[in-house]
Formats: sequence, structure tokens, C-alpha cells
Amino acid sequence: MTFSSSLELLKFHETAYTIYALMIISVVAWFGYNLTRKEAKSVVRIPFYTYMAFLVAAGVGHHIFTYNAIPWVSQDITRHEIKPDASYEFEIEKHKWVGIPKKITVQCGQTIEFNVKSRDLVYGFGLFRQDGTLVTQMQVNPGIDVNGILDSNDMLWTFNHNGVFDLTSTEYSGPEQYSEDGKKDLMLVKNWLEVVGCNEGGAK
Amino acid sequence: MSLMKNLINGTNFDADSLNALQKVTLRAVVMSFLFFGLVAIEGMIMKLVVTGPVNPLPEMFSHPAHYFSIMTVHPIVGIFGSTYQLVFAAFMFLVPFLTKKPLYSVKLANAVWILITVGTALAWIAAFVWQYAPLYTLYWPLPADTEQFSVVGGIVFIVGVALIMLGTFGFIYNIYATIFARVGVHKDKTTKELLISGFGIDGMLNLWHKLTGKPPYSKEPALALPVVAIFRGTVDTFLDAVVILSAGVLVLIYLLFDAGGHALDVTAIDALLYKNYFWWGLDLVADGLVLIYVAGSWYLLATLITGQKLFMENVARAALMLELLVSWMVWSHHLLADQGQPEMMKLISGEMVTAFELLTQGLALFITLVTLWKARPLKMTMELKYLLGGLVGFGLAVPAAIIQADMGMNRVLHNTQWIIMAHVHIALIVGLYMTLYSALYVLWPIVTNNTKMFSSKMSNIHFWMYLIGGIGMGAFGGMAGLDGMLRRHLYVHGEFNTLMILAAICGTMVLVAWVIFLLNIVLSVGIKGLIGIFMPAKDPTASYGIEPETIAENHKA
Repeated sequence: MTFSSSLELLKFHETAYTIYALMIISVVAWFGYNLTRKEAKSVVRIPFYTYMAFLVAAGVGHHIFTYNAIPWVSQDITRHEIKPDASYEFEIEKHKWVGIPKKITVQCGQTIEFNVKSRDLVYGFGLFRQDGTLVTQMQVNPGIDVNGILDSNDMLWTFNHNGVFDLTSTEYSGPEQYSEDGKKDLMLVKNWLEVVGCNEGGAK
Repeated sequence: MSLMKNLINGTNFDADSLNALQKVTLRAVVMSFLFFGLVAIEGMIMKLVVTGPVNPLPEMFSHPAHYFSIMTVHPIVGIFGSTYQLVFAAFMFLVPFLTKKPLYSVKLANAVWILITVGTALAWIAAFVWQYAPLYTLYWPLPADTEQFSVVGGIVFIVGVALIMLGTFGFIYNIYATIFARVGVHKDKTTKELLISGFGIDGMLNLWHKLTGKPPYSKEPALALPVVAIFRGTVDTFLDAVVILSAGVLVLIYLLFDAGGHALDVTAIDALLYKNYFWWGLDLVADGLVLIYVAGSWYLLATLITGQKLFMENVARAALMLELLVSWMVWSHHLLADQGQPEMMKLISGEMVTAFELLTQGLALFITLVTLWKARPLKMTMELKYLLGGLVGFGLAVPAAIIQADMGMNRVLHNTQWIIMAHVHIALIVGLYMTLYSALYVLWPIVTNNTKMFSSKMSNIHFWMYLIGGIGMGAFGGMAGLDGMLRRHLYVHGEFNTLMILAAICGTMVLVAWVIFLLNIVLSVGIKGLIGIFMPAKDPTASYGIEPETIAENHKA
């Protein structure tokens, strides 16, 4: 099982967690009902060490599963050894993107490097689909090294589905990110990145 | 007429019959529930704003400066003004009650609730009057950004938070001074024995002796298990207070220099290092003291409700120690989206150690459920209902966070409504508060000298509205997070309209439930009684002598 986009992952996650939530609520409700009954008998005996082993397996297994099923995990860890198809470097200052390309067009399957630097506050870098769902994101921390060079906040992302994505900051950096009446996000760049060349189901 | 009579005089509540310990406990409880109402109203304002054009509130609430001011004080009022007060009050009553020793100082306990109340009020005023809004995360250098925020507002806010932390130190001192006091049953105990018990080392040694076939290290541990949990959780409360206070001092220095016309260079502080330091401390609240205090409260409630010994008590004692160590090493799960954070820290602290919380909390859940199960049949009393509600809350909230504490999932869930609603709000509103309500119903007759609750119907309505509203609000908010809704962003165009309307309906249920609960309490103690709580106690006794075992008699079916 591999998720080719964050949307697929989110759908899987929503289904899995909903099933779990309904299950835990039902179990405690059943438990509460039977607590009051004298004749209630244990339906299943859960041995303590089996339960503990299950919790350990769930905690560790979750990460092993995502490492193997979500491609951007290993890509992120080894990103400095991967040569991207294209790189974009720009800055943020006073709630404005500085040196940002007007629009980026990405060919299906390309791996892009985004390197964003902040001159003042903590911001975020987030790409959103037209329906508002999140494609990817990272935090953009400010900072200067000993040589006076701004700290990098870099990430790689491989685009496997066609789409037009908006860009905005995903981290709060004060009310000045918005117009005074709150109706406009001043860091929002509509239709900033477009992915082309993919089949309907994703990839080339 | 009878309702009016109740409103003024209560049922059979007599404030004059309360001793000093009971009064100081109730004072903090009253303030805590008043702050809970404030935080529920703030939450509803923010929920209504993001419903978009259907929002019935005046336009000013949608202005970013106003909206984010509310968002800044919402957790301060909720976590410190309400939760800390309630937990501190309960523990400053329970430690003397369980150790059968007097509280070290009632005066200090009074100072605690006054400091936290004044501090919370100051932080709220800073946001309301000066719209100081760096949010509770205080990401450097935002709190010192005087281009966006008023210097005076910032100073008032930081002074408020500092007072809360001073109150917290007062609580910590009172708890440890009481535990280590060599009076009563601890007259012949040494500090070393109390320390060994407090850290749960006796539980570990008992387990080890059992495995190696030796007789138990300690047949009768010096401290009861809930006191051990309070002891352990308070270590995290201390560390957390040190971190928050020191961050506050740093911000204050920058603001004062700015006010003096000599602004300091904000780049002198490394933003990522600061983030690590601050999250290490802040996370000790969420993943440290809350989980440890809650586990201890579950154990206490399960033993009080059933009147039986806790199932696997030595394991529980040892697990509390593990929980403490885990809580010191999990903060990196807040920095999984920070690309400058070393990958090994993300992997070990952010993912692997964090996953241990599933184990420690799962263990607490298991021990509590088995203890209850072994004592069946039990009467479905209010305290038992709330305890089960609390277990559901953490059963939902902990896995929601573990899922996100993953490098793959975090990329699409970080800073979304998922974490704040499906995890934080369900953990606090349902998990923590349901547990606290359970403790309140258990302790109510003891703290109020057997005052009759005005209406059990109102208690039941409160329970169901609160449970359904709390879970519903968290669930719909969480779903919006999955749809890409950010947690610290302003949406005024109804972008996530349907889910936000549903969340607002559920939030209203929580608010109405609070009104019903408050009314029930006021009709039980009466306005005269409420005023009497704040009058000096005629009886200066700082302890309460009822044997805990007597509580269990009320729960036998």
C-alpha cells in the first residue's frame, strides 16, 4: 500500500480513525452497562501482556507503516542527498513573500525543492488545493548564521497529481497577515503552482 | 418560591460549618468554574466567527487583532484560570485527606488561588484592552514584536502569566511541604523513604523482588498511589513553570528595553532553539502533568468508587515513573514540520518516545477498567458516569495525537484543526474535565459537609449535553482539519461553513451544559453560601479526617 498524494492519505486516515472512535465509544458504553449488572460475565479475557504487546505494536507499527506507505517520509529524511528536478528559493519579510516566482509549473512526477527563509518572524509555507485541502507544508523559522546568512527551511515534494495550488503561510505571525477587516489573507497567492501532465488517477 | 429559597439559601449548605481547608478548596473551585464559563464563551465567539457570513456577531469580532486576542487568552484562561485552579484545589485537599496530615499552609493555598485569578485576569485584560496577541505559543520573536503589538499590553500580559507561575510555585511548595511533613502517619518515616515512595521506586523494587522470588521490598508503601501521582506530576508542573516563567522574563526584558527606547536585537535569540526550549516546557503540561495527574485521579476514583485495592498497583506505581521520564523526552513531536530540527530528534523524541504515551495511558486505562470490573455490580452514580466519560475522552484523544506525531502524517496535519480539536479539546473538555467532574462528585459531600445536590436531573442533563457536545465539537473540528482548515488562521468567508456550524452547535451544548451545572451548584449552596465560602473560616483546621473507605459504601449496588 502506497499513498501517492496527501489527499489519499487523509481519506484513509479519516476512515480508520472514525472506525476506531466508534469502537472505543461502543466498548466503554458496553462496559458501563455491564458494570451495573450482577450477572455480567467477561466475554473476552484480555491477558495483560498481550494488551501491552498490542499497544507497543500499535505505537511502533504505525510509524513503520507510514514510513513504507508515505513516500515523503524517507524523501524528507534523505533530502540533502537527492537532486531535485527544480529548486525555488525565496524569502518572507513583514508578511510579504520576497523574490517569489509569479507562478510555477511542474511536470507530473517532478521532485521540487522549496527553500524559504524568514527575515523576521516564524511563518509557514503551505500549498493548498482549490477545495482547501492541504497538499504539504513546513514551518519557516527566522535565523541568521555566524556569516550573516539567513537560515534555510527546505523541503522536497514530488507532485503526482494534476492540480492548481494556492500558497499561504500556515503559521500565525501576527494580525498583520490579514487586512484590517479580516477579509483578506495578505500572504495568500492564488493559483501559485500548477502540476500538469498526470493521468486522471495520478502519475504519468 | 422554593426555587427562590434555594437560590438564596441553597439546600442544606452551611458555609459556617466549613473548616479552613474546605473553604480554600471551594474558593478555587468557584473561580475555576467562572473561568470555565469565560473560556466557553470565548470558544463560542471564535467558532461563530469561522462560520462565515452566517455569523451573527458584530463585525469587530472578525477583525484579526480582536480575533487573535481572544485566541491568545483562550488557553490562558482555560488551562491556567480554570484547569490549574481546579486541579490545584483538588490536590491541596486530597493530599491532606489521603495522607491524614494537615495541609502545610492554608494561607499559601489562599495565595495560590488569588495569584492565579489575578494573573489570569491581567493576561485577559492585556488582550482585551491592548489586543496583545502573540498566542500562547509565544514563538520568538513575535511576543517582542512591538511593530504589531503594544509594549504596555505585552508587559501586562507577561506580568499576568508570571503571577500565574508564582501561584503555581506556591502550590508546588504546599504539596511537597505537606508530603514531606513528618507528622501523623509519617512521623517515623525518613525523607529518603518518602522520596523513594514518591518516585515509585518502591513499586519498581516490589516488581523486581517478585520476579526474583524475594519478599516484597515494601508491603505498605509510605505514600498512597494517588499521592504518588500528584508527587510525580508536580515535578513536571515545576519544570513547566520554570520554563514559562523564564520565557516570560526574556520577553519582558525585550519589552522593557523597547519601552526605554533601546530596542534589543531579536536575532540574538535563535528562534528554533527557543522553540525547542519553550515546547519542552509547554509539553510538560500536555504530555506530563496532565497525563500523570489524570492517571492518578483515575486510580483514586476507581479505588474510592469500588472500595477495593487497585488492580496491579505495583505496575501502576512503576508506570508513573516511566510516564515522568517519557514526558521529558517527547517535545519534538511539536517540531516535526520544522526542517531545521535534527532528523534524529524527530525520529526518537518526536515519534518513538511519543508513541510510549500510548503504552502509559493505555496501561492506566486498563488498570482503571479492570479495577471497576472486578467490583461489579456497581451503582451508575454521577461520579462513575463522569469517570467513564473521562476514559472515553482520553481513549479518543491520545491516539488522535499519536497518529499526528509521525513524520508522514504531520506533513498534512501540522497546525490544522485536527490537533487542536480532535486531540486537545477532546482531551481537555471530555477527558480531563469529565475526570475532574467525577472527582468533584466524589468529593462534594466531603468538602461541603454533606450538602444535598439540588437536582440529580440537572446533573444528568449536564453530563449528556457535555459529553455529546464535547465529543461532537472535537469531531467536527477535527474533520475540518482533515479538510485543510488551519488552527491559527482567520476564516471569515465560510470556507468550512458546514463543519463549523455543526461544531458551533456542539460547542453551544457545552456552554449550556456549563450553565445548567453552575445553576445546580448555585441552587445547592445558595448565594448566601457562595458569599460565605469567601468569608474567613471559623474553624482553622487544615485537614479532613473522613476515612476514604466510607465513600465506597455509597456505590454498592
